Amino acid sequence: MTTLTLRGWLLAEVPRSKGQARCQRVFISWLAFKRNPVAVIGLLIIASLVMVALLAPWLTSTEALELNLAKRLQPPGGEHWFGTDELGRDILDRIIWGSRITLYIVGLVSIIVVPIGLVIGVVAGYIGGWVDNFLMRLTDIFLAFPRLILAMALVAALGPGLENAVLAIALTTWSPFARIARAEALTIRNSDFILAARMQGVSTAGILTRHVAPLCMSSVIVRLTLDMAGIILTAAGLGFLGLGAQPPTPEWGAMISLGRQYLIDQWWVPTMPGIAILVVSLGFNLLGDGLRDVFDPKSGGNQ
Amino acid sequence: MRASSVLKAAGPGRALPSKLVKASGVIVSLILTFVGLTAVTFTIGRVMPADPVLAIVGDRASQEVYDQVFLQLGLDKPIYVQYLKYLGQLLQGDLGTSIMTAQPVAEDILRFFPATMELATVATLLGVFVGIPMGVLAAVKQGRWPDHVVRVIGLIGYSAPIFWLGMVALLVFYARLDWVAGPGRLDVFYDGIVDPVSGILLLDAALAGEWDIFDNALDHLILPASILGTFALAYIARMTRSFMLDQLGQEYILTARVKGIPEWQVIWRHAFRNVLVQLITIIGLTYASLLEGSVLTETIFSWPGIGLYITKSLFNNDMNAVLGGTIVVGVCFVGINMLSDLLYKLVDPRVR
Amino acid sequence: MKKIKITLLGFAAALMLVTGASQAATPKNTFVLAKDIADIITMDPAEVFELTTGEIIANIYDRIMMFEPEDLQNLVGGVAESWEVSEDGKTITFKVRSGLKFHSGNPVRAEDVAWSLQRVVKLNKTPAFIVTQFGWNADNVDSLVKATDNDHLQITITEEFSPGLVLNALSAGIASVVDKKLVMSHEKDGDLGYDWLKSNSAGSGAFSLKTWKANEIVMLQAHKGYRHGAPGMDRVILQHVSEPSSQRLLLEKGDIDMARNLTPDQVKGIEGNSDIAVDGHPKGTIVYMAANAGHPILGKDKVVQAMRHLIDYDSMADSFLAGQFVVHQAFWPAGLWGALETTPYKQDVVTAKALLAEAGHADGFELTIHTLTNSPFPEIAQAVQANLAKGGIKTNIVTLEGKTLWPKYRAREHDIILAHWSPDYVDPHSNADAFANNPDNRFEAKKTGHLTWRNAWSDDASNSLAIKARNELDLDKRKQQYLELQAMLQKKGPFVIMFQQNEQVARRRNLDGFVSGSNFDLVFYRNVTKR
Repeated sequence: MTTLTLRGWLLAEVPRSKGQARCQRVFISWLAFKRNPVAVIGLLIIASLVMVALLAPWLTSTEALELNLAKRLQPPGGEHWFGTDELGRDILDRIIWGSRITLYIVGLVSIIVVPIGLVIGVVAGYIGGWVDNFLMRLTDIFLAFPRLILAMALVAALGPGLENAVLAIALTTWSPFARIARAEALTIRNSDFILAARMQGVSTAGILTRHVAPLCMSSVIVRLTLDMAGIILTAAGLGFLGLGAQPPTPEWGAMISLGRQYLIDQWWVPTMPGIAILVVSLGFNLLGDGLRDVFDPKSGGNQ
Repeated sequence: MRASSVLKAAGPGRALPSKLVKASGVIVSLILTFVGLTAVTFTIGRVMPADPVLAIVGDRASQEVYDQVFLQLGLDKPIYVQYLKYLGQLLQGDLGTSIMTAQPVAEDILRFFPATMELATVATLLGVFVGIPMGVLAAVKQGRWPDHVVRVIGLIGYSAPIFWLGMVALLVFYARLDWVAGPGRLDVFYDGIVDPVSGILLLDAALAGEWDIFDNALDHLILPASILGTFALAYIARMTRSFMLDQLGQEYILTARVKGIPEWQVIWRHAFRNVLVQLITIIGLTYASLLEGSVLTETIFSWPGIGLYITKSLFNNDMNAVLGGTIVVGVCFVGINMLSDLLYKLVDPRVR
Repeated sequence: MKKIKITLLGFAAALMLVTGASQAATPKNTFVLAKDIADIITMDPAEVFELTTGEIIANIYDRIMMFEPEDLQNLVGGVAESWEVSEDGKTITFKVRSGLKFHSGNPVRAEDVAWSLQRVVKLNKTPAFIVTQFGWNADNVDSLVKATDNDHLQITITEEFSPGLVLNALSAGIASVVDKKLVMSHEKDGDLGYDWLKSNSAGSGAFSLKTWKANEIVMLQAHKGYRHGAPGMDRVILQHVSEPSSQRLLLEKGDIDMARNLTPDQVKGIEGNSDIAVDGHPKGTIVYMAANAGHPILGKDKVVQAMRHLIDYDSMADSFLAGQFVVHQAFWPAGLWGALETTPYKQDVVTAKALLAEAGHADGFELTIHTLTNSPFPEIAQAVQANLAKGGIKTNIVTLEGKTLWPKYRAREHDIILAHWSPDYVDPHSNADAFANNPDNRFEAKKTGHLTWRNAWSDDASNSLAIKARNELDLDKRKQQYLELQAMLQKKGPFVIMFQQNEQVARRRNLDGFVSGSNFDLVFYRNVTKR
């Protein structure tokens, strides 16, 4: 009964308060999201990733992470579902622990990158003039830099390690976001509704935060979800060059990198973490697509 | 601020002088970009813990030998003096000599960059000619099976670790199926037969009429280009789909459909036209990022490209090489960007 | 929609066109070997000190003294036909073989030989110390190394050195005989042809350098008029393939004749392939761990001794190192003259714990291990980490590229280094000088060429024995002294020597005659033949 009334409240045709209106919007979005099976799969994948990361200590046995040279390179089987690696460690256990590192990397990078890119891009695109010029030159300098090279140089300068790798990736990832946000802002800034808002005397900051930035979000989110895999792989690339996570940290990318020489004879060593990356990127991408379909104010009418 | 931007948007008035002002503005901003680029690179070289002197003299050098080279490289001078000296040489067209290859950096770049360009161009073409139709198809059939197929292909292309994909591809298409040639740009015994006119092997071989070599080069190129192309394809298809969905949801499309304009015209003439603007930026970004060279693909396929060159040089703190490589990649990047900006303005009336 | 289809068809057609690569074996007269050749930075024998170029110049230049592929044990004359040592052991007179020709066609004269050595000393590049230790410098070398007539060379040393050592040193890369006329014709601003010789060759060996493209290819051309007769192959090509898996695929397909950098597990993987044979060549490279004696805990002998007992050498050598590294625990590689081949240590946690307790560290402590990024070092480091943990020593691993690692090492900024070392020339002094001798332990002295100095360790007994063995004229006594020195360093000092390399080379079965000796520059291509 309560659900029914709650449902009724959430779906009431005329909301009685601002709060109800907001809840309604979220709920309706959720309903739309639920109808998109692909997006739900994405959500499930990410949710299970988070669960696995949280429950890692209970899902793994402690001795499986220790070296056991007598049991190295064992194929997947009853005892080791994903097989063992070049030093005899259980690959599944390592992947489970690695999920924490993956979440840490993508989470931290997104938190740093999106606000920087959005602010710079929107301001440049909307205000234009020398501000645009200055900000875009700055962006260009970072864009024009070979990305992995800049990341490598930064990590090398800061010292190898996971935290420094995250920082370096963030510093090299924001520039495309700024460009995309700017491109969007450029097309939006002469729209009728922006002019209308301006006529009503809404301040520049208000227009930027309430009108321009939200409209740029769709492109930024698409780009961010697409970049999630890229971020994980860049971290892996750094790990591969000895600049990212240091052994024996079970970072997935580093696991592939160190295991890649076994691909031909012991395919599972690099393939299992590869599949882990594939599945998680897939999850992020599906989820991002779903979110985009639901929240994008421009294509919203399509649903 | 606002006033000026409104003014600018409103007035197509002063045509000629404003063009001149614009052109000089572009040049000034270009110069600024490069001064920034070289300055950042130079600073990085300074804070890098790798030692350029050791790169030359080796790990076991005595202190006397070390000091001698240290002075030769001018490393005792303050960093801004070193930087100004470098800029001075740069203005005379001198990129210096690489420590690692013992060759002038300019010559190295003429060898490594075309190799990367060859790869990036073919990969991008693949991405454009396959990715765009795929993206359009997916958008038109949104939610139906072609959409899902495109998504899955796109996702796999984008999510798989590229060096893993490269290894598997080599194993399957080279070692087992024998469809393509192995790592490297050419079979080794073809090396040095064709004069490197452009550095792009396909072009050089065709110019020289050496069709055997052309064929061999193509055999070597197709696999790494496809691997990189998958990456470009996935990105372009996804972005195309996303942009197309935006357009197909617009009112003018509805109006066009109501008017009874054939569907393919609605899609290609109307919706796609407007998407093209954003796509140009995306394609430009993709091409430029491929031009940076993919260190990992180049490693797997033993492809002597610019990415590997800059990376190796960076690790040896071979700063002349790193700076030269970065500048060339940077020039291309900025050039491509300006080109796509220009096209953007030509195609999209709203930004004019 | 039609347009899409047409475009797709066009693409498919283009793809079809390029399929069907030819199954080409390598040409009969060409030896193609895949190797990681990224370390090449110069081809000048006065400067070469890298592994790959050490090998290449050994095939381009004949040296004053040489080991020949037919007999890798005995030092013989290369360009020198015979030699005489003076009574006091300080002057050696060489007779240069007559009728030798450089690749250019110029005759090999005693003047060329003298000039080659003078050039090394005057340019004073990194490997110059191998001969400058004899007391030569830019000012005196013209009088101490000279051609007395057209085919006699006389060298005089001013420091105390065993003549046997001097002869061994003259078999190193810096003793390569260079074509003076040719090189001097390319001289610029008095650089003794340094700029030109970096990427060209001017020798009298079995091959000449045809092309060197960094990170891509090195091509050698046979010298038909070589003194041992024309080499078996007209061309030798070193193809740069850094990825071992790619090397393996190329080899299995027959696109190369030899793969040089396969990992132990890949070698196991190709065992079943009847077209491929794998040969093992014991090498002089040793893998060791060094503890910085300047560290408050690592400076204690008992702590290092405990570490020697904690490491499980055998399980590593039997698993991920199998076939390519064997347990070796003395500083001079097994198989060479004067090597101590005993391996007294195996894992013994009880003894190790007792030693740590005696040193006052029963509760353990924390350290950083610095090592290289390339396999097998990260693997060894992880195994060592697990081993040391058994004694309560907690370690963090930091992997670095060589060029970033060495500056740290040379500045004594490490706790523990895990690295490798190969002799500069085949005489025990080469390693004794690095592992046992420390002429001046002060930080300002910067004796960075000595590993003892880098680890801030100095010991009077070890120093004096190293010098005594270096100067000893009697060969048997000299050998005994080196054995004693190695045994001494097994019990004290900063080094835990762990393994010695055994290079595994995989080749197509139709290829024969590749010779790889104990040192990095004892690799010979000239006897290679193909069926």
